[in-house]
Amino acid sequence: MGKAIKHYLGDKDVQLVLGTLLRVGVIVSTIVVCIGGIVFLVQHHGEAVDYKNFRPEERFDSVADILAGLKQVDGLAIIQFGVLLLIFTPIARVVFSIFSFLIEKDYMYVLIGIIVLCIIITSLYLDIAH
Amino acid sequence: MDYWTLGLLDSSSIQPKRRPSTPTDFIDYLMQKYLGLAVPSVDICRMTVLMFTLVVLLGAFLAGLLGSLTGLGGGVIIIPLLTLVLGVDVHYAIGASIISVIATSSGSAAAYVKEGITNVRIGMFLELATTISAITGVIIATYMKADYIKVVFGLILLFSAYSMLKKKIDHSNNEKTSVLANYFKLNGSYPTPDGMKPYAVHRVMGGFAMMFVAGTLSGLLGIGSGALKVLGMDNIMKIPFKVSTTTSNFMMGVTAAASALVYLHKGQIDPGIAMPVTIGVISGATLGAKILLRTNTDKLKVVFAVVISFLALQMIYNGLMTR
Repeated sequence: MGKAIKHYLGDKDVQLVLGTLLRVGVIVSTIVVCIGGIVFLVQHHGEAVDYKNFRPEERFDSVADILAGLKQVDGLAIIQFGVLLLIFTPIARVVFSIFSFLIEKDYMYVLIGIIVLCIIITSLYLDIAH
Repeated sequence: MDYWTLGLLDSSSIQPKRRPSTPTDFIDYLMQKYLGLAVPSVDICRMTVLMFTLVVLLGAFLAGLLGSLTGLGGGVIIIPLLTLVLGVDVHYAIGASIISVIATSSGSAAAYVKEGITNVRIGMFLELATTISAITGVIIATYMKADYIKVVFGLILLFSAYSMLKKKIDHSNNEKTSVLANYFKLNGSYPTPDGMKPYAVHRVMGGFAMMFVAGTLSGLLGIGSGALKVLGMDNIMKIPFKVSTTTSNFMMGVTAAASALVYLHKGQIDPGIAMPVTIGVISGATLGAKILLRTNTDKLKVVFAVVISFLALQMIYNGLMTR
């Protein structure tokens, strides 16, 4: 019972950078989505929508597709790029955490972070049939 | 192939209405019979892109606002809104919802991390469980019958409503801890008005297992499943309430990012829906966080729990009754 309970406290500076990273990620991706939305609405505002049935063959479902669409200034591609930035915000957070644990020489958490990152990268290449 | 017919308006509008078969139909029926009111059903087929964008923008704004005021998150509101009210296919609804989860999680995590309440190590450690299980959840969703997903979603909605109203008890203490908590350096301290307060983490394995459940449901349904994460951390691991809420929120973004990438590949994230949902939920949640600081939301929570329970029952009923 006399075992000491060890406590760990994150570095205040690290947490400050982490918070800023998350905030900037959300703000930048929202701005990109807004720009894409305006471009999209200017081009297509009067068309009829049809989301009643799911059509998996729609475009912009891979990073390469989205980047190709960006070059043609396609509103939907710009929106999807913003969505991609939003998805990558928490992923960037994991990468940042790995480095901050590395600076703290906490190699166990460097390893845990790398495993989490690998799981996410797996999902990037995971292609499941419908 | 009606593999995914969670769009409840879809199935009911195809058949001519003879008898009320869902709770909503029943209310429509009562209103028509006794009040002479015909409830206009929204048909997105007749909407233009501009109209649809504005309607979803408003709905997502309200979802973000209510989600942050009640602590329930946007996802559980966005999905019924898109499917029940607008008749959007559930594939798209789940895709849009998972994006809104990332947006709200990252937005509010930014504020909490700066205050030093979030325990980054607990978050990172439990993300091992939530990310693997989130991907598992998406895979299950691919092979699971839509009717069963409806029922699961309904049950989670009921549970969320219940845990929103339940009085929160802080189980935290600093007396003993588990071997694993020491090994993984999970014990920490958080700022209170009286200075930093240390806490010890208990039953790490149990909490880890609970995160598998939470992550699977998050991937399966496109929600943050914050209620389950907080349950695991509060009741099992005995983490102080403030720390568990913020850490759960911190983990949600990474968990959702893992499943969002798979959903993106499956074509479930449609930019035309994701755009108004993202903008609406972020602005609603931002406003909600500001109002929350100076408002008592107890009454709102009760009203909201009733609404959520009603939606939940309709989802379950529909899931069980379809063929």
